[in-house]
Amino acid sequence: MKQILKTTITILSVAIIMAGCNPAPSGSKSKNSSKGALSGTQAEKAFVAPGEHDEYYGFLSGGFSGQLAVYGLPSGRLFRVIPVFSQDPEKGYGYSEETKPMLMTSHGFVPWGDSHHPDISQTNGELDGRWVFINENNTPRIARVSLTTFETEEIIEIPNSAGNHSSAFITENSEYVVAGTRFGVPIPQKDIPISDYKGNFKGSLTFVKIDPESGHMNIAFQVRMPGFNFDLAHPGRDKSHGWMFFSSYNTEEANSLLEVNASQNDKDFIAAINWKKIEEYIAQGKGHEERAEYAHNTWDDATHTATTVMEDEVLIINPEDVPGAIFFMPTPKSPHGCDVDPTGEYIIGSGKLAATITVHSFTKMLKAIEDKAFDGESYGIPILKYDAVNYGSLEQPGLGPLHTEFDTRGNGYTTFFISSEVVKWNIKNLEVVDRKSTFYSVGHLMIPGGNSRKPFDKYLVAMNKITKDRYIPTGPEVCQSAQIYDISGDKMELILDFPTIGEPHYAAGCPTELLADKSVKIYKLADNKHPYAALSEADSRVERKGNEVHIYLTMIRSHFSPDNIEGVKVGDKVFFHVTNLEQDYDVPHGIAMIGANTSELLTMPGRTETFVWNPKKVGVWPFYCTDFCSALHQEMQGYVRVSPKGSNVPISYTLDEEVPGEEE
Amino acid sequence: MKRLKLSIVLLSALALIFVSCNEGNKKQNSKSVAAGDTETEVKKHHGQASVSDDVSDANALQVAKSLDDFSTLVVAIETAGVEDAVVNTGPLTIFAPVNAAFDKLPEGTVATLLEPESKGTLAFILTNHVAPANYPIKQLKKEAKKGRKLYMASGKYLVVENKDGEIYVGGTKILQSVKVSNGWVHVVADVLVPAE
Repeated sequence: MKQILKTTITILSVAIIMAGCNPAPSGSKSKNSSKGALSGTQAEKAFVAPGEHDEYYGFLSGGFSGQLAVYGLPSGRLFRVIPVFSQDPEKGYGYSEETKPMLMTSHGFVPWGDSHHPDISQTNGELDGRWVFINENNTPRIARVSLTTFETEEIIEIPNSAGNHSSAFITENSEYVVAGTRFGVPIPQKDIPISDYKGNFKGSLTFVKIDPESGHMNIAFQVRMPGFNFDLAHPGRDKSHGWMFFSSYNTEEANSLLEVNASQNDKDFIAAINWKKIEEYIAQGKGHEERAEYAHNTWDDATHTATTVMEDEVLIINPEDVPGAIFFMPTPKSPHGCDVDPTGEYIIGSGKLAATITVHSFTKMLKAIEDKAFDGESYGIPILKYDAVNYGSLEQPGLGPLHTEFDTRGNGYTTFFISSEVVKWNIKNLEVVDRKSTFYSVGHLMIPGGNSRKPFDKYLVAMNKITKDRYIPTGPEVCQSAQIYDISGDKMELILDFPTIGEPHYAAGCPTELLADKSVKIYKLADNKHPYAALSEADSRVERKGNEVHIYLTMIRSHFSPDNIEGVKVGDKVFFHVTNLEQDYDVPHGIAMIGANTSELLTMPGRTETFVWNPKKVGVWPFYCTDFCSALHQEMQGYVRVSPKGSNVPISYTLDEEVPGEEE
Repeated sequence: MKRLKLSIVLLSALALIFVSCNEGNKKQNSKSVAAGDTETEVKKHHGQASVSDDVSDANALQVAKSLDDFSTLVVAIETAGVEDAVVNTGPLTIFAPVNAAFDKLPEGTVATLLEPESKGTLAFILTNHVAPANYPIKQLKKEAKKGRKLYMASGKYLVVENKDGEIYVGGTKILQSVKVSNGWVHVVADVLVPAE
């Protein structure tokens, strides 16, 4: 062992000497300015030298991992996976007593979710970097993640919905985050034949109000739409602020073999919802409350604890309640993306099966409404005439258009799933400017600030669904991939290809300086209001309440207090309430107990967390620190003595043979 | 304990390597000063001592630097190139000699120690003031009672004594104690020069 250690040290030292003494590549210094033939290599553009920071944060959804991943751009380095909708044993999220309520739903505790579309909060149409919102598709929910702690602070369930796909897009003053349902369902749920779908199944478009101070979410109203499948959405901005646009497919209202039966109509709809007008109707008393059960989970940063409130009512708006507020814009072939350019004028529909990209004009839409240029109606909702709202089409741009983001120079960048490419095109002229391949089958793309008036158009991240041979193989399951393009010039340039966690459905990004300085470093012990916190070693103790044993444990480099505990009995329910007493950046401590049927805890400085252990066997059982916290990390450990049921061993606890807090 | 020794050796080695490389880089980059990149280069290769924030509790070096009475100690730490080791996550207990302690040394000793060729000796003397663990006064009293010696980062051991409630380490009295983020700083009036 000694030999191994010595060898390791030697190797490390050599490695460090080599790394430390090598002069940095000369290119790193002139990364942003170089245009020369040699210095303009692609690798150099994505290279962020050791010790330097990335220019942008990228928040990529984890898809079926249920989480949200934080990457640096342009390096593609993964910095953090924020647990949102799935349990994360690494961080104790969804395992600790404090975080379990975050995953409560009207269906009970759900340990997994399918995260899809992150969106950063905005003020005046520009990213304000306060929160990122993200939707869960399977058990319809929206989460709010803090961009100071990079932790999930709130999750609200969406009732009367199934497949919360058309979400979590934010209006330009963060008034609302929306949730459109992908599945039509009976509302309220009832026992009826599936073949009764047409006319009986409904779709919900939910508007969740965001408190401008706290960010807290509350369902303001739910628009009860026909049972179409709502796919994606984007808010109007600037001139079109006050409107929300939702793409839909399956206007056929098929309930089986959708791949054929939902592709029959030449055109489906983009629903245009004037939410400001709906607000006025609500102020006049329109709409009605309905019973609906949904969970609302909120994290409290003072008590370090989440609580679940089961809500029971939602305000329903039927289209006939709000004349002049809801319209359909015909859009070819099952539109997926429904994207609004930074000026708010162009609404781009990307029909998954269409041979064109459809560009609607907001100005024309308003005129068509004024002129009542309708082409009939659907379930009482006026259908605007296609020619009356359409600005034009980009013909034959590629195969399988999905999603468009924008630069500040009048261009759109659209992904094409089937032809595996990103196409840059001029919106006004409807002309293709450039096209670049992706590897392979790209879904969504992201330009930081893409869903805002002010895109930061230097890099574009394309998120691919298929990876195949791009990386060294890892068995049948290979990671998904993302590609970064430099879009600062006339032509797009692929500069990096990097692997991602889960499935990156969608992403949001922002400049590093918007977040870096306000990132929280420690939690102040003075502000810790956790009911089971021990704020000093003197306060650490063990208390028995019936068959519950509460251990108020403290952690500091490099010991637990107390670390010898006796008097626990088989059949007890033992709560480890663990407080990290450190007040120093980047000194977390972890704890794990042998035989505990749960995960470790990874506790940040100043924070208190709890796990439960049910001792089943007599003996002396150890616990230890799981995070390499300090030079004496390996010494950071303790023992719990477990006596038989009915034993009369009293509760006792010590640290180095003394009771913590007791004077000698 | 063996592992610990090795860790300390590694730490010290790292600190020294970092420092020497920096010097190398500075020289190599002297030509590019005009390009204005020297600052980034230096930052890139600096150790933890260059890291600071406005919310964490102060570490041992930050506390020492904030007090005039430790200016000689701080110069010695920087000259020996062990600043990264004393801000390390630790935990560390540092017996910090005040300026007057250095004045007690034979004339010319400090000047000699601060010369480049004495760097190794100076680092060795400084590590004799650092115990790699948390030793608040309460714990030192326990050590004295149990007759346990303190293992220092120099590899030497120091005797702990309790004389009428006053704690002496290596024969010198602890004047004052400060809790720092990465351990404890105990103020002493003498330099703890190792026997050899």
